[in-house]
This record gives sequence, structure tokens and C-alpha cells, in this order.
Amino acid sequence: MAFPGLLNYWFVVILMMIGFFIVIAHGNLVKKIVGLNVFQISVFLFYITMGKVDGGSAPILAEGIEVYSNPLPHVLILTAIVVGVATTALGLALVVRINESYGTIEEDEIGAMEDDA
Amino acid sequence: MIFQHLPILQILIPLLAAPLALLLRTPLLSWALALVASWASLAVSVALLLRVLAEGVVVYELGDWAAPWGIEYRIDALNGFVLIIISLIGAIVVPYAKRSVEAEVQDRRIYLFYTMLLLCMSGLLGITITGDAFNLFVFLEVSSLSTYVLISLGRDRRALIAAYRYLIVGTIGATFYIIGVGLLYMSTGSLNIGDLARLVPALADNRTVQAGMAFLTLGLSIKAAVFPLHLWLPNAYTYAPSAVTVFLAATATKVAVYALIRVVFTIFGGVDLFEAFGVHTTLMMMAIVAMFVGSIVAVYQGNIKRMLAYSSIAQIGYIILGLSFDSVTGVTAGIVHLFNHALTKGGLFMAMGCIALVAGSVRLDDMAGLGKRMPVTMAAFVAGGLSLIGVPLTVGFVSKWYLIKAALEQGSMLIAMLIVLSSLIAVAYVWRVVEVAYFRDPPDGDTAVREAPVSMLVPMLILVGASVYFGIDASTTLDIAGAAAAALMGVGG
Repeated sequence: MAFPGLLNYWFVVILMMIGFFIVIAHGNLVKKIVGLNVFQISVFLFYITMGKVDGGSAPILAEGIEVYSNPLPHVLILTAIVVGVATTALGLALVVRINESYGTIEEDEIGAMEDDA
Repeated sequence: MIFQHLPILQILIPLLAAPLALLLRTPLLSWALALVASWASLAVSVALLLRVLAEGVVVYELGDWAAPWGIEYRIDALNGFVLIIISLIGAIVVPYAKRSVEAEVQDRRIYLFYTMLLLCMSGLLGITITGDAFNLFVFLEVSSLSTYVLISLGRDRRALIAAYRYLIVGTIGATFYIIGVGLLYMSTGSLNIGDLARLVPALADNRTVQAGMAFLTLGLSIKAAVFPLHLWLPNAYTYAPSAVTVFLAATATKVAVYALIRVVFTIFGGVDLFEAFGVHTTLMMMAIVAMFVGSIVAVYQGNIKRMLAYSSIAQIGYIILGLSFDSVTGVTAGIVHLFNHALTKGGLFMAMGCIALVAGSVRLDDMAGLGKRMPVTMAAFVAGGLSLIGVPLTVGFVSKWYLIKAALEQGSMLIAMLIVLSSLIAVAYVWRVVEVAYFRDPPDGDTAVREAPVSMLVPMLILVGASVYFGIDASTTLDIAGAAAAALMGVGG
């Protein structure tokens, strides 16, 4: 298979693992949200790659356009991007409220406070 | 004319009521609107189920676009039944919520509570009613996002942490689900669940399809809190406002289990999944471990809301165990337990809400003498507790009877014994509460009866009464669950 071949899919997996690792390994609540974003973005990339047809153009009816990419996965992922934005907004809003009531956004410090309580 | 559009009304009523409740802003008006919307949804789902039972599968094409290109809503006995569970619990929770929420949520946030409750309800109904795998994801996120907000409305600041943790885990679960849908779309070119069920068997050996199956199952198992993916659940249930806990415990995990049933028995129904990948044994092992770990951890909890949350993990284990038998009896047991457990746990968490309102605490140490001070609430708790254990004349018994019957059908005496044994642990954790509430004197010798308001007692008694009624006369629920299971297994061969 010619370049780029499965390169995109490799990037999907690498990004996914990076995102996942950040979510698990970082104690900072904002960084966790960022990790979650990277994780979700890998899925966006996955859907976009899936719909691409080699040599295909945008799916517009016009003279000379014979081969075009599948628009459906792209439309689907637009929905998922919107959901991702909403999730990020809600997650960050929660972090603000957590910061207001605990005075910190570090997971281990919050954990220490809850043990005392 | 309007009857033709019942499937879409099921979603539209709560979905449109939600922004209206937001605009009304006054607690009383938004509550009244939620009440009307939730009872209207209940009426719609009853009408739908009756139609399904009379005429067979109801199909509704959105915007008249034929499936598999358009999105279709498809109601059969299984999701008709689940729709009833959601809207019934919704209709009972809203009147209950009024006083409970006034006490537990800040005044200026009460209208937001009803907005989110309605959104959550429409999301859950949507997951259940849709026949499109991607549409299911959208509704999954509608319900999840509103759930995170509902949990964060709790009085305790730990509710914020619980909501945040659930947001992280829930988003990972939902993202796994779309990865799975994507992998299936890559290999089949379809998103329609019925269409997928037709296309997947031919591709059963395809590694992409198999990976898709793995992602779908894992993602939905996280949302359903199937052991060992349950860690988000105890804190979320403990710190959420009482009315939210009632609604979530009775519906949210049930709907995720429903989606799991769809994936395993409908989409992959034509593939001999249980044989091919050993999904059967894996699920069964996880279910049995959940039954024991959930129950044993429950015994050691000082906070009774958290105790009931761990008990939920064990109960989800029973549902999954029923499904893992892969027989009509087993799946019937699983489906009927969806309903039975919703009634039981809903009633029990409502009792907790009453105790939280009147006594101000749901810790075991503060419950001394409550049997005298809150006789109605504690009686309801005991009835619910008996149903958790599976005592005859309660719904819990019906579920366990079918589970044991399914185990014996497979010739597995061992599993039947394990079901009984794990139920005995439930005796231990229910008894701890009974002992403290009935046999210990209140700390200050105060035995004056102070009950929760009628608006909270009546919904609680309805749920507990239903869990006894359907325990004595289980023919209705078992007929529907049996029909749903037969339809599922019929497809599965």
C-alpha cells in the first residue's frame, strides 16, 4: 500500500494512548480534562480517516467529480465534536466549583482533605 | 392521527419541556411542568407498549426517511418494557422530588434540577427507543451530561468530586462506544441496529468487527457499572441529592444494560458469540464476582446510601448473570430483574431520602430508634430490604426464582447455590439497619413520631407496594419479559 497507508490509524492509536495515559496518570483535574480531549480527538481523526476515499474530493455534484469521499462519517463526527465541547465545558465548570469549595484542583490534596473530614 | 406519532412524542415531550422549565425559572412552575411532562410520557409509553403487545413491532421513520438511511425508532416488547420502567420511575420521582429537593438543593438552582431531570429522562428514553446505533450515542451523551449536573447539585461538596469522576469515566465509556460503532460502520456500512444484525453474521471472522464488539461491550459495561467497571457508582449515588439517586439507581444503569442486551443479542445475535469468544464465561464470572463483592462490601458501609449503592452493583451482577446463561429462561430472568430491581431500589432510596429529610443523616449510627420515630418509612425500608434478599411474595423472589431455574436448566447446581449464598449476604446488610432502627433506643429517648411529608411517603409506598404486588402476581411482568426474551433469542437462533 502506498504512502500514507495505515499511518493515520497509527496516529489514532498513539493519540488515544497518550490521552488515556494523561487521564489516568495526572492528578491535576484540568490536565485530566485535556487528556480526555486528546483521547476524544483521536476518535475524531479515526472517523475522518474512515470516510476518506483515495483521490476522492468533497462530495459535491459538479462536472468532473467522479470519486468522492464518504461524507457520512464526517457528519457523524461533527456531532461527536459538539458533544466533546459540551463535555469539556461541563468538566471545566465542575473544576471551577471544585476549586471554589476545596481551594485546590490537585487530586491527592483533595483526597487528603477528605480523609481528615 | 396523533397515535401514529407516539414514538416521537415519547422523546419530544420531555425534550421540549426541559428548555421550557429553564425559561420558567420559578421552582414551583418548573416542578409543575416536569410533573405534567413526566405523566404525559408515562401515558405515551403505556399506549406504546399496549400497541406493541397487540400489533407487534412498531416502527417509526423520522422525517419519512426509510431505514437504513434514515433514523428509525423501533419498539418491540423489550424496549417497550424498558420505556415503561423509565417513564414510570420518572412520573413517581417528580412528585417525590418537590419537598426533597427544596431541602437538599439551593433555591436558585431548583429550576435547573427539573430541567436536567427532564433532559436526563429524554436521553434515557431516546437510548431505549432508537433503532440507530449512532443516534443511541447522541442520547447516551444527553443523558450522561445531564446526569453529571444532577449529581453535582448535591449538598455535600464531595458531590462535585463524584460528578467529576463520573464525567471522566462516563466520557471514556461513551467514547469507547463510538469507536465500536465506527469499527462496525467501517466493515458493514450501516448504522441501523436491525441492518447491522443482518450484515454482521457474514463478517463474524473479521477482526475489525470483533474489535468493534469489544469496544461496544466495554463502553456500555462502564455505563452499566458492571463489575469491575463500577468504581464511579458508589460515590455518585451517595452524594447526589436523594431524588437524583432514586432516579439514577432505578433507570440509568438499567438503560445501559438494555443497550448491552441490544448489542449482544440483536447486533451480534446471529453470531454464535457465546461459543466463539467465550463471552459467556467471562460475563458469568464477572457477574458472580459482582454478586459477592458488591454484597460483602455493602455489609461494611456506615453510610446506608452507599450500602445500597454497593448492593446495586451486586444486583447488576444478577441481571448480567441471567443474560450470560444465553437461554430464554436466563434472559427472561435478566429482563424481569431490570424492572423488579428498579422498583425495589427506587423504593429503598426513597426511604433514604425521607430519612435524610427528617433525621438529617443516612449514617447507620444516627438511625438508632428510627423504627419508632419513622414507622412508615422504616416499614417501607424493611419491605424493600426483603425484596433485595429475595424473600417470597416480593419481586426479588421472582427474579431469583427464574435465575435459579435458568441455572438448573443448564445443569449448574453450583451457580444455583452461589445465587442463594449471595442472597444470604443481603440478609446481613439489611439486618444491620433493621437492628439499629428497631432494637436500639433513640439517643435522647425521643420516640415522638415525625414522618416525612405525604408527598414523599406516597411515591415511596407506591414503589414498595408495586414491588410486593408484582411479587405476588408476576404474570404480567413475566409475560412481557418472556416475550422479549423469546424474540431476542429467536433472532439469535
